[in-house]
Amino acid sequence: MRDVVVIGVGMNKWGELWEKSIRDIYVEAALAAIGDAGVDHLDSMIIGCMSGGLFVGQEHLGSLMADYLGQKNLAASRVESACASGGLAFKMAYLEVASGFSDIVMASGVEKMTDVSGDGATFALATAADQEYEVFHGATFPGLYALMATAHMHKHATTREMLSAVAVKNHNNGSMNPYAQYPFKTTIDEVSNSVMVASPLRILDCSPITDGAAAVILTTVDIAKKLGKPIIKIIGSGHATDTIALHSRADLTTLKATTVAAQKAFKMANKTIKDINFAEVHDCFTIAEIIVTESLGIFPAGKGGEAVLKGETGLEGSFPINTSGGLKSKGHPVGATGVAQIIEVVKQLRGTAENGRQLKRQPKIGMAQNMGGSGGSTLVHILEVA
Amino acid sequence: MFPARAHREYPQRYRLEAGKCKKCGKILFPKRLICPECGHREFEKVILPDAGKLLTFSVIRVAPSQFTDQSPYAIGIAELTNGVRLFAQVTDCDVDALKVGMEVRIEFRRIQTDGHHGVISYGYKFVPKWY
Ligand SMILES: [Zn+2]
Repeated sequence: MRDVVVIGVGMNKWGELWEKSIRDIYVEAALAAIGDAGVDHLDSMIIGCMSGGLFVGQEHLGSLMADYLGQKNLAASRVESACASGGLAFKMAYLEVASGFSDIVMASGVEKMTDVSGDGATFALATAADQEYEVFHGATFPGLYALMATAHMHKHATTREMLSAVAVKNHNNGSMNPYAQYPFKTTIDEVSNSVMVASPLRILDCSPITDGAAAVILTTVDIAKKLGKPIIKIIGSGHATDTIALHSRADLTTLKATTVAAQKAFKMANKTIKDINFAEVHDCFTIAEIIVTESLGIFPAGKGGEAVLKGETGLEGSFPINTSGGLKSKGHPVGATGVAQIIEVVKQLRGTAENGRQLKRQPKIGMAQNMGGSGGSTLVHILEVA
Repeated sequence: MFPARAHREYPQRYRLEAGKCKKCGKILFPKRLICPECGHREFEKVILPDAGKLLTFSVIRVAPSQFTDQSPYAIGIAELTNGVRLFAQVTDCDVDALKVGMEVRIEFRRIQTDGHHGVISYGYKFVPKWY
């Protein structure tokens, strides 16, 4: 397999983009990535999207987006793994370049979530859970992560304050991200007293409903050098699944697919967690960030909450997590999230993260963990700057 | 709910039918075509026990439209006496008094309806034992 580098990134400011259609949102991000890379053509494009069908009644996104991007007759594919669709698009683009099949491939993601009501969005998102044995009985996504939270708090004495600290940190980071949907800062008190959604999770424990897209351009080392781009190499790619139903898992307080995907990525990169300088992780809910950092091995089981409270995952901490603001503050257009995580990793490795959120000790190796459903699928990627 | 879709779940939802692997003894609910533990493909039909304990729970306060009339309602995962784990609502209880480890039994209840004239779906719910 060939080495593959990321040479271009692009996204738009995320939010409730009522004036823009799914195609406009997508094309904006794609043009930004193509412009940043400086390439004159694409060989192929992969689009991560969870549910164009349920959110806007539109499937066949490969054809639609290639058409509106002006890429006549281009090979374009749409891939789906619920909220991990973006991470999956990145993996497929990586494989296409690494295998030698294509030289310049765009990995991208999009979701247009505000063309349906809140209830419509809840229904669409819930299709990532087990329809017959969870959703039929009244499960919602906040509810499923709330079940993990209750179990984690019972087993490890994780506290309300620790959950709130995740939101406070991520909103602080997001306040420096010009692309974030909710760049406001918040406090422990504000999060801890916000409206209850599914106990113990409150509204400020939850990532929002978002319209947005993100795109990155992958190519070979030779082409990157010719274009004069920094060499940011994909050194590890790990992908794993778990049971779709939360209740079928032996342990409700860890995320096995995340652990397995990380192990695969570490093995491929010949690295351990100690070699990683920072990570973007899938904080769809505050409890998710705590459990993910434990499942990745950044902190021991049960110590993730304490680490956040102590500031270890902040911009100045020993292991910065979600410098972009995470899904919490940046927003969570499900199909685009995994690609936007890669964008933040690339910006940090280039040293170009905006508005003072650039890590002071210039990082060399960063990681992105993107997760579908209640953890039923996970992609982990490790990138290194030469 | 399309009738055929509801109908094929009746054995599980009405009678708690599960499949027990004839090779390794793993009990699968719902039944499957291949055992994820040993790869065996023959199963015998078993009925799940109607008692267990609550492993975790949450009280849903922002409910999907077909459940808003029941909100707030509790959901939970229980481990039954034979080790099988199920997801269901926890009902007939003070939702603020739920505790991890609480004993529950399984009862047959109405789960949801499709508006005023649609299919009424029934199935299992957990009821804390002290009620
Ligand atoms: Zn078996």
